[in-house]
Amino acid sequence: MFTAFFYLLRGRGIHVSLNEWMSLLEALEKGLHGSSFTGFYYLCRSVLVKSETEFDKFDGAFLEFFKDMPPTDELPKELLEWLEKPKDKPGEEFDMERAMQNDLIDQIDIQKKFLETLEAQKEEHNGGSRWVGTGGVSLYGNSGFSPRGIRVGGEGGGRRAFQVASERKFRDFREDNTLDIRQYQMAFRKLREFSSRIDEARTEFDIDGTIQETCDNAGSLQIVYDKPRKNTVKVLLLMDSGGSMDFYSRMCSALFQGANKANHFKDLQVFYFHNCIYSKVYTDPLLRPRNVVPTEWILRNLSSEYKVIIVGDAQMEPSELLEPSYYNYGARDEVTGLEWLKRFKDKYPHIVWLNPSARPLYGGWWAKTYDVLHNEFDMYPLTLEELQKALKKLMVNK
Amino acid sequence: MNMNTAFQGSENYVASAELMRSVNIAIALQKPLLIKGEPGTGKTMLAEAISKSLGKKLIIWNIKSTTKAQDGLYVYDVVQRLYDSQFGNEGVDDIGKYVKMGKLGEAFSADEQVILLIDEIDKADLEFPNDLLWELDKMEFYIPETKETVKAKQRPIVIVTSNAEKELPDAFLRRCIFHYIEFPDADQMKEIIDVHFDNLEEKLLDQVLETFYWIRGVYNLQKKPSTSEVLDWIQALILGGMKPEDIDKKVPFAGVLLKKNEDIDTVKRYLK
Repeated sequence: MFTAFFYLLRGRGIHVSLNEWMSLLEALEKGLHGSSFTGFYYLCRSVLVKSETEFDKFDGAFLEFFKDMPPTDELPKELLEWLEKPKDKPGEEFDMERAMQNDLIDQIDIQKKFLETLEAQKEEHNGGSRWVGTGGVSLYGNSGFSPRGIRVGGEGGGRRAFQVASERKFRDFREDNTLDIRQYQMAFRKLREFSSRIDEARTEFDIDGTIQETCDNAGSLQIVYDKPRKNTVKVLLLMDSGGSMDFYSRMCSALFQGANKANHFKDLQVFYFHNCIYSKVYTDPLLRPRNVVPTEWILRNLSSEYKVIIVGDAQMEPSELLEPSYYNYGARDEVTGLEWLKRFKDKYPHIVWLNPSARPLYGGWWAKTYDVLHNEFDMYPLTLEELQKALKKLMVNK
Repeated sequence: MNMNTAFQGSENYVASAELMRSVNIAIALQKPLLIKGEPGTGKTMLAEAISKSLGKKLIIWNIKSTTKAQDGLYVYDVVQRLYDSQFGNEGVDDIGKYVKMGKLGEAFSADEQVILLIDEIDKADLEFPNDLLWELDKMEFYIPETKETVKAKQRPIVIVTSNAEKELPDAFLRRCIFHYIEFPDADQMKEIIDVHFDNLEEKLLDQVLETFYWIRGVYNLQKKPSTSEVLDWIQALILGGMKPEDIDKKVPFAGVLLKKNEDIDTVKRYLK
């Protein structure tokens, strides 16, 4: 029955491994929770959760699982007993699936069934799935593991573990929140590929190798050189600027600074565009004409090793993306915006699209270009979790 | 749990109940305790406090960006040996003479249980924690040069701190007990200050705390002041003989609290 908690945690996105679970059981055996429910909460958290970004998820799952525990700080006896001698538990195993089904029954039904059951029940009953009693997965009674139901009996008092969990004060740390500069910086550190297999001369003096060779050579000096190990990742960042993107400017400038300060890239190139990439892009976010760079230049000069990140909300007037006649900021040509973007996709195998905005709720016309670009590119929302996924995607060889 | 071996905080370190719990869980399960938290919340101090409170020796392994896992185990001083051999010094044939224990090796070979602090593990290369998995799990390592296995006589209590500059590998995390030190609230902070200063004027303390938490709440600070800074600040206020009334109006010695010019400007701007 307790393993249901394990699967619930995993189901809620906390990657608890079997090792950690065994550690928890070992800790419970040693009584490290101090037989208090609060202690139990902290014990679970410190053994199973390894990052403050996951505390909130854990709190949520913990509440979900234990919310029908009797309101007391003591750990209910049956849990302890079961943990101590699981073999001695009377009757069959709890049917957690059945317990979870209870979640679907609404409150009125529960009350009705409760009265019916009271009528029918003539004896004390603990640990089943139907009658009023303690433990078990029934809808009624206390200390059970049904996610919903009616509490019968049980004392009032401190619900400390629940209070702690229900404060959910680690919500800010959740990785699916949107980001600040430092978090971006951290995320960008993922983009690295150390290699000594780069095409470079053996220039670095290899002390260990020299010593080894010299020793092998009975003490007469034998100098060894090695290729330097360097990060080989080159990044091309293309950012939408102005118009509908103004709303996200703070987020985007944080992203830019994050990338810029992550000074471990071999090369970082940043260009700006408005709405969509056409024949010209700009080196400053204000898109001043004197800072213009022909898009062709990028495609010609930046090799396909560059990992490309496009940042934009992908929302524009459909003709801005799909029709060639659009007068795009001083550059009139017969190539559509989409075609330009496809050229990037063809040239650079490692390309992702980060989107600070969600798909427009109202859909239809407003979502048209979003959908087109979403189909064309690997598009990720601009949150830490998704950014990490995007960066991971960039690192994978296609 | 045996009360003699349980950590209860120490006279100049105030540990929250949760922190003490985590420490004791880690000790009982014999797993490394990974401590994270804002800079200045006393992550490093914790190990000292545990060492003092349990009366065990503390061995500190400070991690730098260049530190390799091997450095913590042992160093085989080949150059010295080579050098010695050319002059025919005595004992050259004894390799053991040239094998020097690193901090981890030192902790393993200690006769009594020690506390090993691996400080700021995230400073090292990404692969660093992975290289220590076996050693921290089994508490032993093998020295091929001397064909010796160094095995911990008493499993050391391992405390690992991290500033979250790098993500730690999952395999490493799975072996740790994790604790996140939250920033202390005003009451806890009072307790912490009490431990460090005797007979602090009540009024001064109140003003300090009020101003301090106000500054921490100022939007857009690049680096929020933390516990160690507030302790320095109080010291400065006492030495400077500041009146409690002036503290929240002028924020004297703001440079002690805030380490960036922009932040000082921001705070001064809000003051007016």
